[in-house]
Amino acid sequence: MSWLVKQVVNSGRLHSASRNRALQLVRAYATSGKTMTVRDALNSAIDEEMGADHRVFMMGEEVGEYQGAYKITKGLLEKYGPERVIDTPITEAGFAGIGVGAAYKDLKPIIEFMTFNFSMQAIDHIINSAAKSNYMSAGQISVPIVFRGPNGAAAGVGAQHSQCYAAWYGSCPGLKVLAPYSAEDARGLLKAAIRDPDPVVFLENEILYGESFPISDEVLDSNFTLPIGKAKIERLGKDVTITAFSKMVGYALKAADILAEDGISAEVVNLRSIRPLDRATINESVRKTNRLVTLEEGFPQHGVGAEICTSVVEDSFGYLDAPVERISGADIPMPYAANFEKMAVPQIEDIVRAAKRACYRSA
Amino acid sequence: MSSAFAAPKIIQPLNFRSNEKPLFDSVKSSPTTSFLGSVQKLRFSSKIPLTSSLNCRSVSSNVFAVSEVVKERKSKSSVSPSNLLITKEEGLVLFEDMTLGRVFEDMCAQMYYRGKMFGFVHLYNGQEAVSTGFIKLLKQADSVVSTYRDHVHALSKGVPARAVMSELFGKATGCCRGQGGSMHMFSKEHNVLGGFAFIGEGIPVATGAAFTSKYKREVLKENCDDVTVAFFGDGTCNNGQFYECLNMAALWKLPIIFVVENNLWAIGMSHLRATSDPEIWKKGPAFGMPGVHVDGMDVLKVREVAKEAVDRARRGEGPTLVECETYRFRGHSLADPDELRDAGEKASYNSRDPITALKKYLTENNLASEADLKAIEKRIEEEIEEAVDYADQSPAPHRSQLLENVFADPKGFGIGPDGKYRCEDPKFTEGTAQV
Repeated sequence: MSWLVKQVVNSGRLHSASRNRALQLVRAYATSGKTMTVRDALNSAIDEEMGADHRVFMMGEEVGEYQGAYKITKGLLEKYGPERVIDTPITEAGFAGIGVGAAYKDLKPIIEFMTFNFSMQAIDHIINSAAKSNYMSAGQISVPIVFRGPNGAAAGVGAQHSQCYAAWYGSCPGLKVLAPYSAEDARGLLKAAIRDPDPVVFLENEILYGESFPISDEVLDSNFTLPIGKAKIERLGKDVTITAFSKMVGYALKAADILAEDGISAEVVNLRSIRPLDRATINESVRKTNRLVTLEEGFPQHGVGAEICTSVVEDSFGYLDAPVERISGADIPMPYAANFEKMAVPQIEDIVRAAKRACYRSA
Repeated sequence: MSSAFAAPKIIQPLNFRSNEKPLFDSVKSSPTTSFLGSVQKLRFSSKIPLTSSLNCRSVSSNVFAVSEVVKERKSKSSVSPSNLLITKEEGLVLFEDMTLGRVFEDMCAQMYYRGKMFGFVHLYNGQEAVSTGFIKLLKQADSVVSTYRDHVHALSKGVPARAVMSELFGKATGCCRGQGGSMHMFSKEHNVLGGFAFIGEGIPVATGAAFTSKYKREVLKENCDDVTVAFFGDGTCNNGQFYECLNMAALWKLPIIFVVENNLWAIGMSHLRATSDPEIWKKGPAFGMPGVHVDGMDVLKVREVAKEAVDRARRGEGPTLVECETYRFRGHSLADPDELRDAGEKASYNSRDPITALKKYLTENNLASEADLKAIEKRIEEEIEEAVDYADQSPAPHRSQLLENVFADPKGFGIGPDGKYRCEDPKFTEGTAQV
C-alpha cells in the first residue's frame, strides 16, 4: 500500500482527515462504550481509502448529490468532488462495464449497485469482464474493482427486490465475495476489498445499515483491514456449529442465546467471506462440536449451505454425530404479503429448532 | 487520383442510404435547454469547483452529422505528391498491415480445417481497411477494444503474428499463454484490452478505458491524452450497452471513438431486417456527438475520418461515432455455412477488395511499384509461415499453469484445511492442488 500513497499528492493530509471522519462518526453514536453503525463503518472505509489513494473512485446511481440511496456515500461528493464521486444514469451494464474498463487501466473503482438485485443487469460484466480477464489475459490485465450494495431480503418489496446473491457470485472463479455482518466486518472487509488487486463482490444488507455495533480503537485505525477468506468465530460453543453470514449472523447469535437457556452451547461462525470460503475454520469448529447447522437467506438448491455441507462431508465426515441441518430461504420467489414473507426467510425459532434436532433434543 | 478512390459516392449495392444528403448536416445540439419546471442547478456548484465537465450537461460545440466526411480533396487533373492522401511510407505501412491481416486470416482458415485450432474462429477478411485505417494512427499507449473478430485488431496494434498464431494453437507461447483463445486477445504492452465474445460487452469496457484517460488528467494530474478505439459490428448497435455508452461518453466528453464495422450481416440476420433506421452514424448526433459514415472498403477514407476523430478525442473534445460500411468475405465464423448472403452481393463487395484498391492507388500514383508490393507480400507470407512453425513447435501450456492467473493475488484461492493459504502448497504451483 505504501507505494501507492507516495505517489499521491497531499495523501498524508487527506489520510488524517479521513481518520477524523471515522472518529467523528463514532462519537456521534457513542452511548456506553464506542459503537458505530454499519452505515458509518462503510462510509468511513470508503472515505479513508479514497483519501489514501487517489485512484479510488465511487460510481453508481445516486451516489453523489443524493448522498447514496441508503446514504452510504454521504458527504463524499462534497469532500472529493464530482470527478471522483460520479452519479451515473440508470445504466447498470454501462457503468459496471465502465468500472471494469477503468480497473483494466489501473484505477480502483467502487461500483455501487443501488441494490444487488440490479446487478442482474450487469452480471455479464461482473462474471465475464471482471472475473475472467486476469485469467484470459494470462495475468496481464488484473481488475481491482469492488461491486458493492445491499443484498438479500429487504422488507415488503416483493420478489424482484429481495434476493441473496451470495451463492450466485460465490460460484464464479476469479471473484472474491464478501458479506459483512458487524461494523467491524464492514470496515475491515471493505477496506481490504478496495485494496485487493482482484474483483470483489461486496454484499451488504439494508436492514443492518442502521444497526450499531461495539467498535474498538484497533478497528477505527485507518490501517485496519480484515483478511479476505477468513471466518470469525462470533461466539464460542461446544455442542453445535451454526454457520451464517450477513444479517443471519445476528439471528444465529440470538438463537444461541435461546439455546443456552436449554443448556445447548452453540458456536456461531460468521463466514465473512463466501469466496474464498474458510473451510479450515468451519471444519475445525465441526470437529469440536460434531454437529452443523448452516444458515442463509438465499435459495436452498446449490446454495452456500450446500457448499459448506460438502466441505464438511469431504473433510470431517467421521466427526459428524448428526445429519447436517440446512436452513435457507424457501424455494420460492419472495412473496409480498407480510406473513408469507416471514415464512419465506429463516426465523430465529427455525434455527433453534434445527440446532435442537442436531443435538437430538426435542423442541 | 485513381478511380477507385475518386468516386464521389460510396458504392451502395443495397442502396438503403439516401443519396440526397448534404455532406454536413449541422445538427446544433441544444445548449442546456431548460425543461418545463426544471430549476437546472447543481446543488453543490457553489462549494465544489467544477474543474471537470463530468457533471455538466452543457455541450456548446456544434455536432455534425456527416454522411461522408471525406470531401473529395481532389485535384482533378494533375496528381502532384502534395495532393496525395498519403506519403509513400504511410502507404506502404497501410499495405503491409492490411496484407498481414489478410494472409494471417487465410492461414487461420487453413489451420482450422487442419485441426490446429478449435472452437469459434471469426475471420476478418474484407474488413482490413477499418482495422488498419484506425489502428495505424494510434500510439502504443492508446487502447483498442475488440470483439470476437479480434485477431487483426491485435496484429494492427503491434502484437506479433507468432504470438497471436500461437494463442490460436492454444500454446504456452501465445499472447495469453493459451488461456484466452481466438475470441480473447489481450496484450497489456500493446494496450489491446481484449476481444469480447458477447455482443456489446466490449463497449462499456472501452468507455471505462477512455474514462481513465480523463481521470488521469483531471484527478491524478498526469499528462494523459490517450484515446480508446472500440470496434464492434452492426448487430451490436441494436444492443442497449451501445446506447448506454454513447450517452455517458458524450455526457462526460470521453476520448473514445466508437467504430461500427457495419458488414451488413449479424451472422445470418441482415442489418436491414434488424434495425429500424439502418443508418447507424445518425445515432451519434442523437447523443450529442458527431456521427460519420465512411466507406469501410477504402482505407484512405477510413484513415482520414479516423484522423479527425482521434485528434478530436486527443484534444479532449469528446467521442465520435464512425460507421464504416464494409463486408466480410467469409462466413460469420469458420463454422458458418454462409447460405443467406446473396452471391451477387458477395461478388459486388469482392470486386471492391480494399487491398486491391490500395494496391491500385499506390501504383497508379507512383507511390510504390509492383515489385515493392510483391516484396512486402512475400515478406508477410514468410512471416506467417514462420508464425505457424513457431506455434506448431511451441509447447502446450504446462499443467503448472492451470491454476495461475485466476487471481492477481493467489490468496484468492483461500485457506486450506491445514489453515494455510492454498497457494502456499507446493502442489499448487504444480497444478495438482485441489481447489
